[in-house]
Amino acid sequence: MIAASNLVAILGMALATLACRAGGYFLFRALRPSPFLRAMLGYVPGALFVGYVAPALAAGGAKEWVGAAATLITVRLSGNIAIGIAAGTVSAWLVWLAR
Amino acid sequence: MNAPTFTAAGLARGARRSLAVAAGLAPFGLVVGVLAAGKGLSLTETGLMSGLVFAGASQILALDLWTHPAPVLAVSFAAFAVNLRMALMGPALAPWLERLSGWRLWGNLFLLVDHGFALAIAEGRKGERDGGFLFGAGFALWCAWLACSLAGHLLGTTLHPPRGHPLFFAALAAFVSLLVPLWRGRQDALPWLAAAAVALPVAHFAPHGAWHVVAAALAGGLVGAFGERRRGAP
Repeated sequence: MIAASNLVAILGMALATLACRAGGYFLFRALRPSPFLRAMLGYVPGALFVGYVAPALAAGGAKEWVGAAATLITVRLSGNIAIGIAAGTVSAWLVWLAR
Repeated sequence: MNAPTFTAAGLARGARRSLAVAAGLAPFGLVVGVLAAGKGLSLTETGLMSGLVFAGASQILALDLWTHPAPVLAVSFAAFAVNLRMALMGPALAPWLERLSGWRLWGNLFLLVDHGFALAIAEGRKGERDGGFLFGAGFALWCAWLACSLAGHLLGTTLHPPRGHPLFFAALAAFVSLLVPLWRGRQDALPWLAAAAVALPVAHFAPHGAWHVVAAALAGGLVGAFGERRRGAP
């Protein structure tokens, strides 16, 4: 079942999101970026994920800090992201249970 | 360099690599499904939203705002604000996308998502340039996303993990784990510090949307580029 207003809202969200996904790339291609802008884009991926993580950790408590540390260490040692996510989540869960 | 542009082998490689990250996406997808059920969206509508929008944080924010009839402008703007960061990902993937056209290009743009993006950047630094890798990673994540949000909707009435439940930590753990392959060495230290320093106040003063992510990406990029210019790197 699909309500008309829900459908329009979902399509609006989809269009806005596609505009972000495709718009940046086509704008970049049309503008022929300078070497400085190209250098900048090399640093964007890491900084973007730091931007996700830093406020979440700052707002979090022991659960988040222990979980994040366990994730980092496990991924670093195993080279496996799935194991890191699992280890981090289990550690966070243990801290949560212990409190 | 004459690397293949888009192969089935690359597609399979990308799908396999991204399934590891899908674990971090699962709780997020479940939350979207549970929220959608709570707001009275049908299973079809939930699947339609996850399939067409395919961007978790923006879906959660929009569902938070959802009323009946749906506030079309508000949720569309929420999607735009939260997903503006993707406008920075496309250009960063230009070395991959420039060699594609038609459905291969548009498919990759449509499937562009944080986790697949991070994997592609990390693998790209090791020489991977197969557009199929990007597509396979995005498509596997899209399938996982759809499955999890539908499962969340089905569980919506029975499953009620409280807001601070450690299960939700998996979403943050996914982003933390993606930092490891993105770290290139000492040259990243200052840009990452700048990104954190900018993200904290922005997140504090503009908690809605994902302006702190956009601000952090720009700050880190600027500090990195200025650093390269000062060092006289090419």
